Amino acid sequence: MTKKKTVKWAHKDLLGLEYLSREDIELLLDTAESFREILDRKIKKVPALRGKTVVNLFYEPSTRTRVSFEVAAKRLSADVINIAVESSSVKKGETLNDTGRNIEALKADIIVVRHNCSGAATMLARNVNISVINAGDGWHEHPTQALLDIFTLRKKTGKLEGLNVSIVGDIAHSRVARSNIWGLTKFGVKVTVCAPKILIPPEIEKMGVKITDNIDEALADADAINVLRMQFERDDMKAFPTQLEYFRNFGVTEDRLKKSKKNIIVMHPGPINRGVEISSQVADGANSVILEQVTNGIAVRMAVLFWVSQTKDKDVHTKHEVVNEATY
Amino acid sequence: MKLLIKNGHVIDPGNKIDGVMDILVEGEKISKVAKCIDNKADAIIDAAGKIVIPGIVDMHVHLREPGREDKETVFSGTMAAAKGGVTSVLCMPNTSPSLDSTKVVKILGDIIRETANVDVFVCGAITVGRAGKELVNIGDLKKEGIIAISDDGASVDSDGLMSKALKDAKKEKVLVICHSEDKALSGKGLVNRGFISTRLGLRGISKEAEYKRVSRDIKLAEDSDAVVHIAHVSCAESVEIIKRAKKKGVKVTAETAPHYFSLNEEDLLDYNTNMKINPPLRTKDDILAIKQGLKDGTIDIIASDHAPHTESEKEIEFEYAEFGSTGLETELAVGATELVNSGILTWSELIRKMSLNPAMVLGIDKGTLGVNKAADIAIISPNKEWVVKKEDFVSKSKNSAFIGRKLKGIVEYTIYKGKVTYKA
Repeated sequence: MTKKKTVKWAHKDLLGLEYLSREDIELLLDTAESFREILDRKIKKVPALRGKTVVNLFYEPSTRTRVSFEVAAKRLSADVINIAVESSSVKKGETLNDTGRNIEALKADIIVVRHNCSGAATMLARNVNISVINAGDGWHEHPTQALLDIFTLRKKTGKLEGLNVSIVGDIAHSRVARSNIWGLTKFGVKVTVCAPKILIPPEIEKMGVKITDNIDEALADADAINVLRMQFERDDMKAFPTQLEYFRNFGVTEDRLKKSKKNIIVMHPGPINRGVEISSQVADGANSVILEQVTNGIAVRMAVLFWVSQTKDKDVHTKHEVVNEATY
Repeated sequence: MKLLIKNGHVIDPGNKIDGVMDILVEGEKISKVAKCIDNKADAIIDAAGKIVIPGIVDMHVHLREPGREDKETVFSGTMAAAKGGVTSVLCMPNTSPSLDSTKVVKILGDIIRETANVDVFVCGAITVGRAGKELVNIGDLKKEGIIAISDDGASVDSDGLMSKALKDAKKEKVLVICHSEDKALSGKGLVNRGFISTRLGLRGISKEAEYKRVSRDIKLAEDSDAVVHIAHVSCAESVEIIKRAKKKGVKVTAETAPHYFSLNEEDLLDYNTNMKINPPLRTKDDILAIKQGLKDGTIDIIASDHAPHTESEKEIEFEYAEFGSTGLETELAVGATELVNSGILTWSELIRKMSLNPAMVLGIDKGTLGVNKAADIAIISPNKEWVVKKEDFVSKSKNSAFIGRKLKGIVEYTIYKGKVTYKA
């Protein structure tokens, strides 16, 4: 870490990519590049967050994101505490705000929160002075997932501007889709969302995306495709055709890939449903970067943990700018 | 006891008064309204530079008693009313148990007699338990004192049942108030359906869920030549439907709430649960349509839909939070700020919609400052600016969508039955 840069980072929290500027995102991606190197070293640890405590507060089961955050925090030498809360007991038990205030009183520095309700991270951030990182809230945002997707894309292609990216799957209920759209469009990426009509949320075109319900159309010009996990167990999906029918009409298969650009990048936020939204051949094939995404996720989360920990005061909602000069 | 209110600008649309006058109050009644009254009085209020109006009649208020006294009581709610210049309220029947039987209405009646600080009129339920299955006995409830019926918070889904309710109510001369919402369409929705619901990742409530039911409710009233009142109109389509019905001669009246002409869905972008309201805050275009509807007379009435909730029901995840905002203490100021100051309505027109019209629709002898009328009066400083603060509310609940807003126009005095019940 020899690069010296004076940068501006003015966010106590990371709640969503909607609320970040292109420069903010670039800073996170550049920082993640530096951290990415560390992951390939023999000794995969730096002291950047030594003495800081990160609490993973998860109201939804999630192995992948939780472990990724845990690894990221540990690589930065932070202490990590994991709290898993049964979301079924949420209404009866302690409120999210009270839990947050207790974690703050325990002198933790950062709360990483995953919640089934949209807006939960925003509310928590409003009610505590310590940093809050949104690890996915309802259908709203999953900013670190989108950051790692964008990071992977940038690493693979060298530039983002002008790329065509298609996001395929249940857009309506996807926080990954929303965060990707906010982030990618800030870089001039042309985003297409592809799903059966009932899984396209109202007026999403106002986010600057094209809409199609034809998978071949979504694949035609795509430089990359982000395949979302289909959750057929959801209540809303009862009215929906079978998994098999979905695979037939929207599944990303080798046959379909053959008609697309040769070097198309295939991404998936995981965990994948083989034979539902993506075929095994594609998931394990040469175009797939699914496992690289997982590794990159650590670097991106390290960058996020690093930057929010540099900000000491509330700013997001008070719009009071905190300028940090940090060397990394 | 004689009270003289001097030199105020009296606005009394019912008597076509809009100018500087004095008002003499003797006992519980107004005894004289004239220029320069020189009678000796026990007390004099100098209202120079202030506006003197008939006390507000708010026909859409949740007082939560009986059953949810942690949110509000008749006592606390009517204290809030007094602070807002409101001297008559119609309380909604979604209490626990709901106001669907003479027994419960009688219990509430006793509470009102003992604890109310302003006049409380009672709205009974349309159906037992507000469940939409079985009609209440409107005649019996009327004998117990109700003046209107509504399943507020729910709509009667069955056309047949609703039609019968309208006919029975017509016979009994009881007003039917419709919470027009098709639950099959609104479902588990949380905010207005559109770009904002997509951005927030929250389930949407379409305008259709409201206006289709408005349309049905009006149609049913028309078919049986009954009177119907549409509560809390929130969207442009509903305004248009009501406008057409009125033109046709259907006996329909309509109300909107202050938040529907002052706040829009974009105010929800930081998940403020105090703005989680049903029907939901709509678009900026809807606000324009509501304002136009107020201006052209399509919307007759402004009522607060005062919906108090405890902190533990509001300071939680958006999805879990209750719907509703308090409104008694802010409605007049929001009306003045958004409608009078921006030239949509004159003061006189605003007061007509908040006092005279609701009194007429409810058929109660309120809303004017005539001689021998009850001395229910509010005195307002029209130009005084203030910021709505959570700690200033006297309602038991603090869930106001207007916290932090700067408003112009504030209630200085509220006089109820000749007595000053609130003084700023």
